[in-house]
Amino acid sequence: MRITCPLCGARDRREFHYMGDAVYLDRPDPVAPAVAWDDYLHLRDNPAGETRDLWFHEAGCGAWLVVTRNTVSHDVLSVALADGIRGGAG
Amino acid sequence: MRYSGFRLFSEGMTGNRGWRPVWRDPEPKPEYDVIIIGGGGHGLATAYYLAREHGLRNVAVLEKGYLGGGNVGRNTTIVRANYFLPGNSEFYSHSLKLWEGLAQELNFNVMHSQRGLINLFHSDGQRDAFARRGNAMINQGDDAILLDREGVREILPYLDFDNARFPIHGGLYHPRGGTARHDAVAWGYARGADARGVDLVQNCEVTGIDISNGRVTGVQTTRGAIRARKVGIVVAGRSGQVAAMAGMRLPIESHILQAFVTEGLKPVIDHVVSFGMGHFYISQSDKGGLVFGGDLDFHASYAQRGNLPMAEHVMEAGMALMPMIGKARVLRSWGGIMDMTPDGSPIIDRTAIEGLHVNCGWCYGGFKAVPGSGFSFAHLLATGRHHAPAARFRLDRFARGDLIDEEGTGSQHNLH
Repeated sequence: MRITCPLCGARDRREFHYMGDAVYLDRPDPVAPAVAWDDYLHLRDNPAGETRDLWFHEAGCGAWLVVTRNTVSHDVLSVALADGIRGGAG
Repeated sequence: MRYSGFRLFSEGMTGNRGWRPVWRDPEPKPEYDVIIIGGGGHGLATAYYLAREHGLRNVAVLEKGYLGGGNVGRNTTIVRANYFLPGNSEFYSHSLKLWEGLAQELNFNVMHSQRGLINLFHSDGQRDAFARRGNAMINQGDDAILLDREGVREILPYLDFDNARFPIHGGLYHPRGGTARHDAVAWGYARGADARGVDLVQNCEVTGIDISNGRVTGVQTTRGAIRARKVGIVVAGRSGQVAAMAGMRLPIESHILQAFVTEGLKPVIDHVVSFGMGHFYISQSDKGGLVFGGDLDFHASYAQRGNLPMAEHVMEAGMALMPMIGKARVLRSWGGIMDMTPDGSPIIDRTAIEGLHVNCGWCYGGFKAVPGSGFSFAHLLATGRHHAPAARFRLDRFARGDLIDEEGTGSQHNLH
């Protein structure tokens, strides 16, 4: 699997650290009810197909990326800088 | 039809003409007391214990493919009870005790081989942690022996003890740990369940879950609608998809775990050896193949095949630990889909929908749990009460913050 970093170009998967679903960008308000935090931290749609997740270009530019990819075929469909993106949208 | 040495001999003398299929291939009935979705190890064990322990015989197991075609046929067959945390400790201890009588009970050779398992450690801090784990195992009534370096050398002389990064300081020896024949476990439970009247319905994919007034009433399948008062979802690897049919989201992210097997060799590795720091573990099958694996590929996946970087990493770890296996040729590798939970521990619970139950989230440790999981899930389905050894595997523990994080790695699905 290769991921095309918007800053560095196409790089080997080994340069990247995976964190999880891009819902991690939608951090609830600190005083949000426990159910919102449970949803954010634990519950997942976990699709067999297209998904968006957060990757860190650890051995490259150090950018956080939102990667849209297919969990069944491992195809990487698009990569964008996480900066400024909210997880649930688009 | 019982299996015995005498039967084997007499069949051999008469051309093996007396063997018959050991389970029926029934049409699904319009209604059952309990429907189990998923004909893998856990589902078949659940059906078996529903019939045997609770006298429930109007039970169906619905399997979209063939029996035992999922993760129970795609694992590395290790059976152990070396857990530390309350919740896990008593559950896996109970499961191991069931394993120890399983072949006799099922009258089916599950090839349970208690060859001993050694977890290696490489520092003083790790020694302390393993000593503590060993004490927890002993307190649970199981067995653990803390070996020093020379103790490990005595039973595993072929290891590289002086690896520059991870020199071997010793190991935690769990003599009752070992392996079993993965397919035989599924087949043994299937045969036992069928003999007690359970319908094992293959090629029957569940396509919908019928819910009326907050209560489950049955399922839709590719072979028609089937009514039931109670439904158990036991589909680890696909839990999210089936739960979605009931409008549920689960605390699960699916990950890929790879395993590898070499050509058959003469007996060389007599135990299960686990090299945690290198993310590598190995045993030798009765056919002679070295069966080994490592860690997750670390990103969500349903591909049932792994990536080369992790394959390379596992081979490197194997070579670092036991250079003698370097000339063995790898025959196959495969990947299984793991239901990863945020704390690395499973879920056996009812849901907010009355009558609908889930058994999922086994991460990469489901095989050894098959008997205990089936026993405890059957208890919950039949009595409505949690079985004591599995009483902490609640679905709502995440919302309550009562996590069972065996490895202490934090609340993230891929870190366990």
